[in-house]
Amino acid sequence: MTPDTNILYRDMLQRMLLIRAFEERVIELAHRRELAGLLHVGIGQEGVAVGVATALGDGDYLYGTHRSHGHFLARGTDPGRLMAELAGKESGLCRGRGGSMHIVDAARKLMTATGIVGGTIPLALGTALVARESGHVVAVYFGDGASNTGSFHECLNMASLWKLPVVLVCENNGYAEFTPMSAHTVVSHVSVHGKPYGIPADIIDGNDTLAVLNAARAAVARAREGGGPTIVECQTYRLRGHYVGDPASYRKADEVAEWRDKDPIRRFTGLLQQRGTITAHEIDALTAAARARVDDAVAFARESPQPTPQSVADHVYA
Amino acid sequence: MTQMRYVDGLRRAIELEMERDQRVIVLGEDVGVGGPFGITVGLLERFGERRVINTPISEDSIMGLATGAALAGKRPIIEIMFVDFITLAMSQLVNHTAKLRFMSGGQLSVPLVIRVQQGAGGGWGAHHSQSLEAWFHHVPGLKVVAPSNAADALGLLRAAIRDDDPVLFIEHRGLHFRRDEVSDPDAIPALGTAKILRGGKDLTIITYSKAVWDALAAADELAARDLSAEVIDLRSLSPLDMDTVLGSVRRTSRALIVHEAVRQGGLGAEIAAHIQETAFDWLDAPMHRVGAPFAPVPASPVLEQAFVPDTRTIVAAVEQMLGLAPASSTEDPLERRRA
Repeated sequence: MTPDTNILYRDMLQRMLLIRAFEERVIELAHRRELAGLLHVGIGQEGVAVGVATALGDGDYLYGTHRSHGHFLARGTDPGRLMAELAGKESGLCRGRGGSMHIVDAARKLMTATGIVGGTIPLALGTALVARESGHVVAVYFGDGASNTGSFHECLNMASLWKLPVVLVCENNGYAEFTPMSAHTVVSHVSVHGKPYGIPADIIDGNDTLAVLNAARAAVARAREGGGPTIVECQTYRLRGHYVGDPASYRKADEVAEWRDKDPIRRFTGLLQQRGTITAHEIDALTAAARARVDDAVAFARESPQPTPQSVADHVYA
Repeated sequence: MTQMRYVDGLRRAIELEMERDQRVIVLGEDVGVGGPFGITVGLLERFGERRVINTPISEDSIMGLATGAALAGKRPIIEIMFVDFITLAMSQLVNHTAKLRFMSGGQLSVPLVIRVQQGAGGGWGAHHSQSLEAWFHHVPGLKVVAPSNAADALGLLRAAIRDDDPVLFIEHRGLHFRRDEVSDPDAIPALGTAKILRGGKDLTIITYSKAVWDALAAADELAARDLSAEVIDLRSLSPLDMDTVLGSVRRTSRALIVHEAVRQGGLGAEIAAHIQETAFDWLDAPMHRVGAPFAPVPASPVLEQAFVPDTRTIVAAVEQMLGLAPASSTEDPLERRRA
């Protein structure tokens, strides 16, 4: 492995650890009622977030879902401003107006997350109409649940018809809210939908971070070269409930345990140790550093001012 | 002074703004061939397929598509062929187009015009004839415009395209082929400004879109009976120019609000509430509203005619407000409205 690759992989691991530490702290703060709102954490899905973000260039766009804290942190969003947003503070990414499900970091071309399942797919296509003029691509996340929306199919048709530079990243975590995939769709894999629309699709082990990176890179390159859209279906699992507070009693304990063994961070650190990229001691240090960054983020959020009640209707119009 | 058809005003506005600003693009079903009313005819040949994008019939997605293009710097004009079809695009329009500026704390901007046409006429039935402006008036983040004549079709569409917020631009199918004097083809009125079309002292008729012409005809009839009605064309429905409305009502002391949309939950209720809150002491009579009965738009031409408010129903409402005997017919058209 080249030194550059080592640096890249360490950086990817750092971002995965940051997401994990951030999300664990979100759960803790929510339980202590320090955070309000409907919070969807992505613990267990860090490999997808970091793999995809790493494949994108600075000028490329990314759209999220309702579960996008990790997508944003993977692309470099400041954890302090993200935490402040979740806390509804004026210093938050969106001045506290968006909240967890509606985060935007326009400076990083993280255009928006959404509370509407599948809702960002058409937005991504529209941005791709513009991005193609400058050789940029747009990646958009969606889940297995979104594949049952009408708009998803409308968008597969248009993306293929116009060969738009879009990477459609399916985070297939096996559940549409509380309903398992076997009960919500007839297809075995979401990527199956690509074929009738002429869209190539990969099925990836979403907890294998490097597999995600490689598939995302191939899809980004294809989009950038004018080859049109690709579906990258990442099979993964959320190790927690649908939202913070969801007991997830619709899942069996042995299923969760099985996926815990496939934890993407454990697998990635194992791989890096095996390759000699990193030592156990360094992993501990990186984990501690990630937690320290989250401590700082929490401190920043706590110290930040609340929005003034008088500003409740600001930012509605230009 | 030139004469222009409403549809030509719309097309001219699009052409002028596309010439002026490379960021302006047009998207929609059949826009490449001009659409059913010929409004976008010739644009594809002139501006090319990168700027005039003929889309599949996928309303929700094309609304999102246009919004996503706006987020990345374009100024799209999306055509939804009939307002009835915008129901399919409500999620994108209401959840994203209208809210992204706010939800992003001002980071994002959606300079987008949604052109729709609405209204009854011709017996096209319940899925091609509705008037739905009240729904959108209720959505923060959207602006709503409804021009009544060719000059405003031209000027207000140019203003809407230049606006940095999403504007729902509501045309009336029954106005598309009317011809109006356009005194200044370069005039671009500010959004949110009403216009007093006819001065009067006995009452104010507040209206917009096609009903403007019925109100003006009613004012003519009333003038023959020595009643002087002021007629206000709101032009913009969100924001409402309440200053102009209140100024007029303070002079005339009576207000009648007229629209083609069903009366229940219509804009008339909102405007009446504003007047009551702010100009109650100036009122000499209860305010009245004229609107369609609480029913879907019927297909039968006879029923459709009974559904759409017209000059006669407006005159009858004025008679009721002023305690006058009906002038012409023995039938009281208001009874029909109230049923």
